[in-house]
Amino acid sequence: MNVAPARLATLTHLRLAAARGRRTLLPEQPKILVGMGTCGLATGADEVFEALRDELQHRKLDYVLAATGCIGWCGMEPLVDVQLPGQPRITYGRMDTRKARELVRGLERGDLQPKWAVGFLSGYENPLTGKRLRYARQTTRVDGVPRYQDLPLFRHQVRWASRNCGIIDPRSLDEHIARGGYFALHRVLTAMQPHEVIAEVTRSELRGRGGAGYPTGKKWETVANQRATLKYVICNADEGDPGAYMNRTLLESDPHSVLEGMCIGAYAMGAAEGIVYVREEYPLAVTRMHEAIAQAEAAGLLGEKIFGSGFSFRIRIAKGAGAFVCGEETALIASLEGRVGEPRQRPPFPAERGLGGKPTCINNVETWADIPLIVMRGGDWYAQLGTKSSKGTKTFCLVGAVKNTALVEVPLGITLRKVVEEIGGGVPEGRRFKAIQTGGPSGGCVTESLLETPVDYEGLTSAGTIMGSGGMIVMDDSTCMVDIAKFFLTFLADESCGKCFSCREGLQRMQQIVTHISQGQGREEDLPLLEDLGWMVRETSLCGLGQTAPNPVLSTLRYFRDEYLAHVREKRCPAKVCRELIAYRIEPTICDGCGACVRVCTAEAILGEKKQAHVIENARCTKCGACIEVCQPRAILVE
Amino acid sequence: MVSAAVDEILSGLWARPDNLIPALQEIQTQFHFLPEATLRAVSRRFQVPLAEVYHVATFYNCFSLAPRGHHQIHVCTGTACHVRGGQRILDRVLKELNLTSSGTTADYAFNVQPVRCLGCCALGPIMRVDQRIYGHLKQSRIPRILERYRSLAEVAA
Repeated sequence: MNVAPARLATLTHLRLAAARGRRTLLPEQPKILVGMGTCGLATGADEVFEALRDELQHRKLDYVLAATGCIGWCGMEPLVDVQLPGQPRITYGRMDTRKARELVRGLERGDLQPKWAVGFLSGYENPLTGKRLRYARQTTRVDGVPRYQDLPLFRHQVRWASRNCGIIDPRSLDEHIARGGYFALHRVLTAMQPHEVIAEVTRSELRGRGGAGYPTGKKWETVANQRATLKYVICNADEGDPGAYMNRTLLESDPHSVLEGMCIGAYAMGAAEGIVYVREEYPLAVTRMHEAIAQAEAAGLLGEKIFGSGFSFRIRIAKGAGAFVCGEETALIASLEGRVGEPRQRPPFPAERGLGGKPTCINNVETWADIPLIVMRGGDWYAQLGTKSSKGTKTFCLVGAVKNTALVEVPLGITLRKVVEEIGGGVPEGRRFKAIQTGGPSGGCVTESLLETPVDYEGLTSAGTIMGSGGMIVMDDSTCMVDIAKFFLTFLADESCGKCFSCREGLQRMQQIVTHISQGQGREEDLPLLEDLGWMVRETSLCGLGQTAPNPVLSTLRYFRDEYLAHVREKRCPAKVCRELIAYRIEPTICDGCGACVRVCTAEAILGEKKQAHVIENARCTKCGACIEVCQPRAILVE
Repeated sequence: MVSAAVDEILSGLWARPDNLIPALQEIQTQFHFLPEATLRAVSRRFQVPLAEVYHVATFYNCFSLAPRGHHQIHVCTGTACHVRGGQRILDRVLKELNLTSSGTTADYAFNVQPVRCLGCCALGPIMRVDQRIYGHLKQSRIPRILERYRSLAEVAA
């Protein structure tokens, strides 16, 4: 599969590559796919892959075994897909080596093992071409297995940017081309003028998917209008928001879509060099990107005179060095120039004076991946979805207290309630929804009463949070909002680059105050003081980090003030999280004296005879929670 | 030995200031920290004042001026892991290794650092030991995971 592809110089070459790709996407033999993204590997996908290979060899079965990216069903990893010729593709969730071997044995005797199956796909829409990838010859049913389209998790999704994730082998250029990849680049280089490309992007009303939402077409036009011998395009994959991994998944599962988008952008703006700035915490994404660039170069899709046109373009990778602030575009540029990642005053914007003083277009991973779609289907087609001011789709990571933790892509304008309750399946049984946090450390928390808010740039801003890059963390009643505010302040105080006094000192003071409150040492006048400080930091900081840093505190103060007051007045943590304000106790009527807690307690704080109710010595207890983890009868209470 | 390895890294890169960070990253990967001599070599090679090299080396999280251990442990303290007890996982790892705060163990077998999100939020709480990610962690699993690496370190020694 990894043979060096021949040079692709014409449309015929592309079509031949697509035909090759189709043969591996839908082979004549049965095919088994394993999701091998970082999440899959973390749950043992590599061992599952080995077990499958071993069992197939052992049974001398002529199956195709392949790796794929991530379809976004994160809570079900590791995922295995079985694709029998002409039959629907069936997905199996939470696999392990034992199940993997049994799956192969079952397939040999014609048993599809529906008990582990979580969904099946008869076909898969390809937004680039408008055609379907047809797994099954006709619409079939698989007994006891739901259709993907019937699952609430997938019913509301429109997978445009993530069109190939979990479908193709990310290391196969042919499969990417079989899904319509690089045809947009061919069209652009052979039949479109640069200004026509920009006009199409402007018509799509695409806005930057990194979070700030600046109109992409406008940015491109600014760069294109600059007179300069050298211009750069940069892909910002410094995805630092905790709770967000859309960019990682896209780079790992479909790297060529991003490269193609960058090529198109470079042509439209007249740039000859591109840089992918990716976090070093994402080693697999870095590897996949390196492989993809090498493949594209070997195929002539990057390099000199692409598709026989006069356009030449190269892309290199720069690894981030672990600084959250480098997601800010001027800090990112400083880091690329070998300096510390400190933002600078804008204007001049990077579109006018960026890397090395040259005009530079910086777009997010997802923005770049949307570009081929806009070229192939037209800006008007892209703008059919979304709201008045926010068009198209957006990927989100839905994590935290929801039943379906997943990476989803939805049309903009969908309500938060639909995302949490239908796609996410709501909070788990026995828990109550409390808040949803969007936009990472720059965002805020939204309460139940605001769940009807449409997910778009303006809607979320009016609710006191921001769109951000796409993290959505659902919190239930076991989450303390004071603790969350403390968490984000600690993060931001740590990551503040220190250039602006207000951000550097202000965040530290705010962190101190919130820490005092969480320890039960707060005073009531601290709350307005926090608001004052927050306002000051927001108004007087230079970059996006400082300007949005008070959001987590201000939004929790706005919606959860009573929780702050409980910490201040009653010295009580209603969610029972803040360590200084809680105590562990063993309920003697429930405890069966099994002694499991005694064995795991590292503080030697639990006493008691076997088969008799135990007690916790509060003076020694460090409230680490190890005992709660192992207590079968749930006798340990937090008060 | 240090200088030969550093020379090899530096000679592979153009002597331009924008290669400063890639050079330091390569040195960090090989030595698990940035020895003082390497900072001086980098400063000479790229014609960047030593103070500026130091500024960069202390600004970014991935660099360390003190030796880091044989195995790198990164405990995720991102939001999704935090609400599921990531801090308690970090505390437990530190306790198992007799550390009071993040840093390197006395025998240089392990280095423990909190990390801001490894991007596997659906599997929280998680930690990464070298290149391997452990998801759905419970405190009770930690001693066994560490033991595996401890015996590896002994075999290597």
